[in-house]
Amino acid sequence: MTLLATESLTKTYGGRVTALADLTVSVEPGIIGLVGANGAGKSTLIKILLGLLAPTSGRVSVLGLDPTTDPAAVRARVGYMPEHDALPPDLSAAELVTHLGRISGLPRTVARERASEALRHVGLHEERHRAVGGYSTGMKQRVKLAQALVHDPDLLLLDEPTNGLDPAGRDAMLALIHRIGTEFGISVVVCSHLLGEVERICDTLVAIDGGRLLRADRVAAMTSATDVLAVEVSEGTEELAARLAALALPVSREGRLLLVPLADDATYDLILGAVAELDLPLHRLDQRRHRVAELFATREPSHV
Amino acid sequence: MSEPTGVIHDIGYQRYTGPRLGRWHVFGALYLHGLRTAFGLGRSAKAKIFPWLVMGIVLVVAAGLTAVRTQTGQVVMTYAQFADAMSWLVIFFVAVVGPELVSRDLLSGVLPLYFSRPLPRGDYALAKLGALVSALWLLLGAPQLVMFLGAAFTTKDGLHGVWTELGDLLPGLLYAALWAVVFASVGLLIASLTGKRAFAAGGIVAVFLMTAPIVGILSIMPSRTVNELAMLGSPTALIHAVGAYTLGDLLVPGGQTEDQIGDFGPLYVTVAVLLVASCVALLLLRYRKVAAR
Repeated sequence: MTLLATESLTKTYGGRVTALADLTVSVEPGIIGLVGANGAGKSTLIKILLGLLAPTSGRVSVLGLDPTTDPAAVRARVGYMPEHDALPPDLSAAELVTHLGRISGLPRTVARERASEALRHVGLHEERHRAVGGYSTGMKQRVKLAQALVHDPDLLLLDEPTNGLDPAGRDAMLALIHRIGTEFGISVVVCSHLLGEVERICDTLVAIDGGRLLRADRVAAMTSATDVLAVEVSEGTEELAARLAALALPVSREGRLLLVPLADDATYDLILGAVAELDLPLHRLDQRRHRVAELFATREPSHV
Repeated sequence: MSEPTGVIHDIGYQRYTGPRLGRWHVFGALYLHGLRTAFGLGRSAKAKIFPWLVMGIVLVVAAGLTAVRTQTGQVVMTYAQFADAMSWLVIFFVAVVGPELVSRDLLSGVLPLYFSRPLPRGDYALAKLGALVSALWLLLGAPQLVMFLGAAFTTKDGLHGVWTELGDLLPGLLYAALWAVVFASVGLLIASLTGKRAFAAGGIVAVFLMTAPIVGILSIMPSRTVNELAMLGSPTALIHAVGAYTLGDLLVPGGQTEDQIGDFGPLYVTVAVLLVASCVALLLLRYRKVAAR
């Protein structure tokens, strides 16, 4: 089943500012990272998915439903965590999440039970009865996540969930999101301007820039194609480079290392064979995973 | 070693397969939440002070009136007149509770959490409006009920007296509802324009109080027609004029109604209806446009 699909989706504000331009993308359920610089159109896309904004042109479907014609049906099955502060300071987390659960259509007692469950899952226990105004940023982010989770959605849309968190808080939030995506069986779209952050937990990445799609693919497909083997020998680096080149391997040098793109397992054998034939002392041979960031690093940053 | 007791077992995440209630239940939940907020229920002790202080004052006044009536047999105020006499308190109540209901939500940015749920935007506005109307009606209706009970238990005409009393109470409650609807729709519209509660409260008080001099000026103009139309100048006077036209003696004893509004009664009713309708329409428009950030 397709989780989200857009077709030539375009959104312009007042005919001048283009937030999304001809965006066509389709993703499967799982944890999806939506990455792009600030102003790339991430929040606009989220709001269109929720039916809060109408696209200027193009089509969009969420969980097989059209948010432009049936926003209530989409919103009933989606949980949304906004980027900005969204919590009234004088209510307790338990009251707020219970109330929002009822607004999502849960009966009164169910809303109360599920609110404390959701708050427990995000790691808020006794403090949930205190007023939100006294919470730390990390706790507020958790409350925002809990209210998105309270009505048991099939899809979570998280807009910059790690905003304002310290490194430990970020790791905890990302671990929580990963757990929701894997153990809870809820698909998650995580918006972030930090690629390095979301690539750790996502199985699909969608990168947009200036409202245009840069790339959308499964993380596995993005990284495996670019994995390289790093070979280091104590001596005879030149000889080995020449031998590997003769074996039609596109070898490159990086200091004392030789880098060989990893095509398949046979690449290992070829390298080991070459080292053995030349009788060189092999120092190390290991696989380097390319960071997904490098896939985008060479692109010209464009500004709109 | 004994088994550890009181261990919390993590039973993991539970999917929810039970019923999801429809639009009216959600509307009702939001309405009740608003009504509770109006009286500070489920909120901090500080939030309870003002609404209950006002409620306390009107009840004490009602009790006093009842006491005077039972002791001396003199009717100081009819049920309908009670609302007019409490107009200042009603204005302040709207100025505090209206912003509490809507400005707070604007400031804290909680609206995106509402509007990302199946709740239609108009329902949010109407539920809040309903809550404020009900709160105001309770504020004016509860003391009238006290007065009625006092009168009903001390009446000397038996069941017939109770019946007459009830006949006086019901128009009073309807008149209170008119107050509630007009004040709530005007007040909530003003409150919905700003997230700053102090500004909203100031705006509401200004609109209700600053318009009073207009009525004063118009009513001393040399033209009789202008005098009779003077009460269009402020919401408070407008309500009074509609009440005077529809209730007559119950509100303005001694048949002075003609002196005040002439033949313009139907016009006053029309203007009141238009005022409420346009305030509600603007409120709905406001919530169609309000940024979900």
